[in-house]
Amino acid sequence: MTDAATTPPDPAAIRRPVLTGPHLARRYAAERRFRLYGLAGIAFAGLMLLLLVGSIVQKGYSAFWQTYMEIEVAFPAVQTLNPDGGAPTEEQIRRSDYLTPLRDALKEQFPEAAGDRKQRRMLYGLVSPGADLALRDMVLADRSLLGRRASVWIKVSDDVDSLAKGHIRRDVPEANRRINDTELGWFDTLDKAGRIEARFNVDLFTHGDSREPVEAGIYGALMGSILTLTVTLLVSFPIGVMAAVYLEEFAPKNRLTDVIEVNINNLAAVPSIVFGLLGLAVFLNFFGLPRSAPLVGGLVLALMTLPTIIIAARSALKAVPPSIREAALGLGASPLQVVTHHVLPLAMPGILTGTIIGMAQALGETAPLLMIGMVAFIVDIPQGFTDPATVLPVQIYLWADSPERAFVERTSAAILVLLGFLVVMNALAVLLRKRFERRW
Amino acid sequence: MQSTILILALVGLAVVGYAMGRARALVVSRGLAPLHSLPSYYGLYVALWAALPALLVLAAWLIAEPRIVEAVVLAGLPQGTLDGLPPERVGLLLNDIRNTAFGNIASRKDDPVVEAAAEHLASLHATGSVLMAIASLAVAAAGLWLARRRIAPQLRARNAVERTVHVILILSSLIAILTTAGIVLSLLFESWRFFTKVPVWDFLFGLNWSPQTALRADQVGSSGAFGAVPLIAGTMLITFIAMLVAAPVGLMSAIYMAEYADPRFRAIAKPVLEILAGIPTVVYGFFAALTVAPFIRGWGEAFGLDVSSESALAAGMVMGIMIIPFVSSLSDDVINAVPQSLRDGSYALGATKSETITSVIVPAALPGIVGALLLAVSRAIGETMIVVMAAGLSARLTINPLEAVTTVTVQIVTLLVGDQEFDSAKTLSAFALGLLLFVITLGLNVIALGVVRKYREKYD
Repeated sequence: MTDAATTPPDPAAIRRPVLTGPHLARRYAAERRFRLYGLAGIAFAGLMLLLLVGSIVQKGYSAFWQTYMEIEVAFPAVQTLNPDGGAPTEEQIRRSDYLTPLRDALKEQFPEAAGDRKQRRMLYGLVSPGADLALRDMVLADRSLLGRRASVWIKVSDDVDSLAKGHIRRDVPEANRRINDTELGWFDTLDKAGRIEARFNVDLFTHGDSREPVEAGIYGALMGSILTLTVTLLVSFPIGVMAAVYLEEFAPKNRLTDVIEVNINNLAAVPSIVFGLLGLAVFLNFFGLPRSAPLVGGLVLALMTLPTIIIAARSALKAVPPSIREAALGLGASPLQVVTHHVLPLAMPGILTGTIIGMAQALGETAPLLMIGMVAFIVDIPQGFTDPATVLPVQIYLWADSPERAFVERTSAAILVLLGFLVVMNALAVLLRKRFERRW
Repeated sequence: MQSTILILALVGLAVVGYAMGRARALVVSRGLAPLHSLPSYYGLYVALWAALPALLVLAAWLIAEPRIVEAVVLAGLPQGTLDGLPPERVGLLLNDIRNTAFGNIASRKDDPVVEAAAEHLASLHATGSVLMAIASLAVAAAGLWLARRRIAPQLRARNAVERTVHVILILSSLIAILTTAGIVLSLLFESWRFFTKVPVWDFLFGLNWSPQTALRADQVGSSGAFGAVPLIAGTMLITFIAMLVAAPVGLMSAIYMAEYADPRFRAIAKPVLEILAGIPTVVYGFFAALTVAPFIRGWGEAFGLDVSSESALAAGMVMGIMIIPFVSSLSDDVINAVPQSLRDGSYALGATKSETITSVIVPAALPGIVGALLLAVSRAIGETMIVVMAAGLSARLTINPLEAVTTVTVQIVTLLVGDQEFDSAKTLSAFALGLLLFVITLGLNVIALGVVRKYREKYD
């Protein structure tokens, strides 16, 4: 721009502004319009954010409640469990049949359906597929139920749940509705008798994955995420900080350090899926580590977040004024002592902020984990770093792919949980920055 | 699990070593010459000697053991089992043995040869684990004992510790290079294996992508076509749509933020854009697949258009929303870097604010803005989850945004998710696509960073 001044402008090319009348008004109008475009851009971004979060909240908030219905079940007698008499063992309670009492209870509730096979099938479909197991758990928790009739609350099936939450519209013709008129009638009867109730959906947070939407929970994925992020943190934080310390405090200015710097900047821009390919080729196929394990997922994510942490740590170290280093050196500290005793503690809040942001990125990352097999259908809760596991974003991806409509609600709820974690982490980072940031 | 306990034990030994070394140093120095270093350095000296060699032994063992055990198991198989078996068959057999041994589901459970070998493997593995624990703990104890014996007032413990730490620091910063090398080498190696099966030209310029290879040689449509052009075209189409959304919105937001907005507005608007950047891509994918795509389909049908339910438009638009903050924050930086004197000069000549922006600031910041847009393009090309969830699978050469297209990243995911045989061209092609993706994004980044840097230097 400065060289424009050195060449004299062509006199004919100079346009003299007209500073009066309609011309000026037009220019001001253009100014206002331009300003509006800018505002529109930001408004569009804000609107999209609102739409995104709004649509997910609208789809997902109802998943935090689960509809229960009350029925009176005749629990099996002690003698049927343990023919020899005496208290039944836990094994006997586990193996006993609870489906028949459950079905009998349903038939008792609606005797008009008991005669017809098709109607019976519909009747059994009112409760969730895992309802008999729920009865078993009740007996395990309270053995005095055996041989008694008791009113219990059990989960309804996902279709009835959708009906109770108002997701199924009653004015749709019966053929297009997932609940037919008979079932609707049963539901209304129960509802009028006060036998339908919405409760907080604890199972969403205590169950692993399941093919049945009513039984599916995010606990397994959450544990997988925690294990994976633990590995990521343990690997990437020390290595990232040490690399940053070396590059910022000790590295001589030479070819090698230049190469390292360029490398780190480029690594930060490599698509995440390429890290997944690296994990597949190196960790799984070359080192023979187990597939689907949080260990491998954590390592891949660690390599991915390393550049973020290094860059953040370097700028935090750079912000510590040289006078601190000089004072410490002047008092006889060795270069390493200067760093470990003075520079690093002062830079720690900044480094931690960068680390938390890197961890938040890692928590939301999906693509590389698909490559190393963390995408399997896993029911068990992972217990260790080498157990097959999945993570929260992958669980969301899996549920979003499920054909059952009831999973949409669960997916949105899982997204809300994930977003909740991200908000907490980012808020923590902001808090750290606000609380400990020092301006020198 | 077992190695976790072992590592914890080694850490415990190191802590013990620290305490012992420190105590020993204080004892040695009593009444004699003063210590060369602070007592804690003698502790660290012993701790490092206890932990580092043992950890190295452990790492080497963990890498080498499975290979040695497998070789022994294969050698121990009955005569003639391996005769004439191709290498991938041997691999399958080994897998079966391993799965049987560790209680996973194996494909040939009741083969007596496999059962026997599995038992052999399990026993070898158990012995190996015990030996590993003994070896690494012995090395740790020996290191501890040796280092403790060497403690004397004149031992330069601080220098030794600092040298070691220095080496560890250098090694950590080399991890970045190692990662890049790992990416490049693994991609190149697997791609090279792919190119021995499918010629490079067919891959780069082929117009047909259908990676189904035959199970039997005489199957119909068995050849499998690996032409990447439809994938690249699909990627470009979606990226183009994304940039159509992100470039104007991002740029105008950045201009407004940098030139018009007062600090209070900025304090609200900037976090909004940052939140947009922090939302996981899988969430955008869900939004695209379940909200935007049906919406576009509904509108298209209202106008009598035939819209695919996995249209490129939906995926591209949502991807555009995702990269708005990327464009805006980078452009914001560039616009802020334009010297105030340029603005002042323009105002002095009577230009309005918008005239200043369009004819002075944007031209001055243009290289930086181009750099920002290139970085955004590279980001869009490498984006995976949105397209996996919202774009289609059919490789089609089209520029109609209402049709379903597929992208490079979608194909990588579909090729590598689920069960796979590692040597088939189908699986290996994913690595060739990965290499293509890596080269394209790296090229864009290098160009963009170069442009931005050159431009920065101009005003610094």
